[in-house]
Amino acid sequence: MKRTLTQLAAALLLGPLLPVAPGHAAEATPMAANPQVEARLIAISEELRCLVCQNESLAGSRAELAEDLRREVRLQIEEGKSDTAIKDYLVARYGDFVLYRPPVKPTTWLLWYGPFVILAGAVLGLIAYLRRRARQSQPPALSATDRAAAEALLADDSGTPSRPKDAP
Amino acid sequence: MKRFLIPLGLFLVLVIFLAIGLNKDPHEVPSPLVGKPTPDFRLATLAEPDRQFSPTDMRGQVWLLNVWASWCVSCRAEHPLLVSFARQGGLPIVGLNYKEVRGDGGLDAKKLPLEEETALARQRANTWLRQHGDPYTLSVIDLDGRVGIDYGVYGVPETYLIDKKGIIRFKQIGPITPEALEKKILPLARQLASES
Repeated sequence: MKRTLTQLAAALLLGPLLPVAPGHAAEATPMAANPQVEARLIAISEELRCLVCQNESLAGSRAELAEDLRREVRLQIEEGKSDTAIKDYLVARYGDFVLYRPPVKPTTWLLWYGPFVILAGAVLGLIAYLRRRARQSQPPALSATDRAAAEALLADDSGTPSRPKDAP
Repeated sequence: MKRFLIPLGLFLVLVIFLAIGLNKDPHEVPSPLVGKPTPDFRLATLAEPDRQFSPTDMRGQVWLLNVWASWCVSCRAEHPLLVSFARQGGLPIVGLNYKEVRGDGGLDAKKLPLEEETALARQRANTWLRQHGDPYTLSVIDLDGRVGIDYGVYGVPETYLIDKKGIIRFKQIGPITPEALEKKILPLARQLASES
């Protein structure tokens, strides 16, 4: 079952590459002869950016260059190169930009850690702001007469606000 | 007053960042090959099928490697500039004819035997140079684009400025504009020519 799925995925991936009429499906076998190679090809190329249409992965792009690069990656898989070696091969030619997951290194520190720096700054700012507000909005201390007045009001347990008795 | 200045300042910072982002061309991916030696290759020249060219042949010279194809529309735009530049004796320009046949979207050349494809590429490229002028010291044929991959080509035209030691010093992505030639390529080439 899994094997069929991989083959199906490979066929979907390779389909656009092969100008084959539906009736001639057998012609596609040389390309997808090794499902393991195709599965690795898909796994690797999904992590890579197509440079022509930059929002597509190398696996999904129909651009000419993407076809060439997939062919190159397939060749290198067949030569037994590791995934990292293949990615390094493409990075050496096209730069870190081909990787959807940029590596952590000094030039990308700002990219990786920048958001956390901004978050930390925002949290510090918020704390400072809240502290200052708490200090400023402290209610003024109650004077002795105010307190007496308040207590008098509280002691009046009639519960209803007093009304002027002469009101119509 | 101060409480208005802070959001205004933040807004201006945002505007600056967005302005920089908007003015950058996302298709210009900086090449990791600048500062590195030219990837080596050995390809047949366009003019003489028996003659081969390798970048090491250009050691001791400052030169341009220009990636082109007859199907490439932007190459047509940049070509007159290259022709007049070559006529003034600017720098030697080597053409890398990139996927002349199979790169042409209007042509289904996938089933063409290699020899026929080579012959067709030669014929098409030579005709094109006859029509539009030939600024190249020589051109080589990269039929399947594998040399292009080694040079990190992802769009045609692209041009590399290479120094006397064979190090890539500058890459122009897309057509060379008169401005890029005057302000970037020529000053750098002059400086490289004075290096030993």
